[in-house]
Amino acid sequence: MQATKTHRDSTKPQAPADRAVIRIADLKKSFGDNPVLRGFNLTLFERENVVVMGKSGSGKSVMIKCLVGLMAPDSGYVEVLGEEVGTLGREELDRLRGDIGFLFQGSALYDSMTVRENLEFPLRRHRKRMGPDSDPEELVLEALENVGLAHAIDMMPADLSGGMKRRVALARTLILKPKVILYDEPTSGLDPITSKEIIGLMRRIQQKFGTASLIITHDVDCARVISERIVLLVDGVNYAEGTYAELAASSDPKVEAFFKK
Amino acid sequence: MAAFAGRFFRVVFQPPYEFREFIRQCYQIGNRSLLLVVVTGFIIGLVLTLQSRPTLIEFGALSWMPNMVGISIVREIGPVITALICAGRIASGIGAELGSMRVTEQIDAMEVSGTNPFKFLVTTRILATILMLPLLVLFADAIALFGSALVENIKGAMSFRLYFNTVFDALSYGDLVPATVKSFFFGFVIGLVGCYKGYYCKKGTAGVGKAANTAVVLASLLLFFVDFMTVFIADIFYDL
Repeated sequence: MQATKTHRDSTKPQAPADRAVIRIADLKKSFGDNPVLRGFNLTLFERENVVVMGKSGSGKSVMIKCLVGLMAPDSGYVEVLGEEVGTLGREELDRLRGDIGFLFQGSALYDSMTVRENLEFPLRRHRKRMGPDSDPEELVLEALENVGLAHAIDMMPADLSGGMKRRVALARTLILKPKVILYDEPTSGLDPITSKEIIGLMRRIQQKFGTASLIITHDVDCARVISERIVLLVDGVNYAEGTYAELAASSDPKVEAFFKK
Repeated sequence: MAAFAGRFFRVVFQPPYEFREFIRQCYQIGNRSLLLVVVTGFIIGLVLTLQSRPTLIEFGALSWMPNMVGISIVREIGPVITALICAGRIASGIGAELGSMRVTEQIDAMEVSGTNPFKFLVTTRILATILMLPLLVLFADAIALFGSALVENIKGAMSFRLYFNTVFDALSYGDLVPATVKSFFFGFVIGLVGCYKGYYCKKGTAGVGKAANTAVVLASLLLFFVDFMTVFIADIFYDL
């Protein structure tokens, strides 16, 4: 059931500026007898912020893991930056991953490494694409300055607060200057003030670098502030799609369940 | 686990080589296990000598003490005890570390950043245990023999020089080579089981605990199996 009309046809670019960076069509994924995604569709355009909302266990994280090849879908079409993810070999997939930033739900900083080493880690594989004259030290500092944590460069992840960890993870995501950033629950586990800081940071990054962002969340405040379009994922399919205002005004009970305070 | 081992052999010789991580793991596994292995080896040497003394005296065979202790330590007790200690310390440590990396999505983060986590985390740890375990066994053997010599020196007035000369006279390549080869296999088993249990850890902190626990149990069991196999094969070549 399509509770709310999409604000535009999300499967086809409408103008040259609206070139798709992500296309997902009829994505299906099951775990044993439990179908999680039952034909999910999504198109993300350049410089666009799209939020995918859904209840816990609705398959949001599974969907973005399919985008970076961490999970293989049972069927469906997944294209990122013009390349069909399922057909790529290891080398090609790694190259594509250099253009995709991924912010994990729990930050996923490497415990045994300092903040500096955490940020240098993606450069090991993708050093060439940063240019022959690029200095890792400068790149690390620049990324940390973007999130306001240059002073934490030699700290260990265990010494950082939850908000700082999330910002360092964001800096690690930014260091390769990705064209598209995938955020998996960027504000989960954070207090409201830190959540606002992270959301503000995400907006600034989007404005500064012009990246496209796909944000997985069930934080309505996050969706309200950052989204240009929201896709509601219910029972493994797109249940509703529209702007925050459109969905907040919906009288559909399943949509209301998300947006009613 | 056979497929996991097969994957290890497929990727271990493929570049890029994670040399820095390998050295770091050698330090973690070797240096940090050294004290435990040394203390245990020393006590084993002391106890084995103290327990054997009365019986050897009864049979008038006390002069055979260095031969008996030397051969039993080098052939069997040193490698097996060291491997069991390392199974407890290293396999559980690797299982818990990789398990927690799995549940906190650090392994996924590594994959997304373009680094092959199997190569970075698994091959380096298995190679480090393969290399470090024989070295730890050598240390344990040496310290156990020193402990034994100490008892003989204090209780029986045998000089250290005489004790060690007798031990080295009693030992042959048939004792040293199979024991050393066996230690490489022990290292492989410990590294493989720890990495396998951690890498495929189920979600949640309970899964991490289970990974660490089952890594120790399975590694210990497999060590005895490998021990039997190597002794069986060595018997064919060296007529033990």
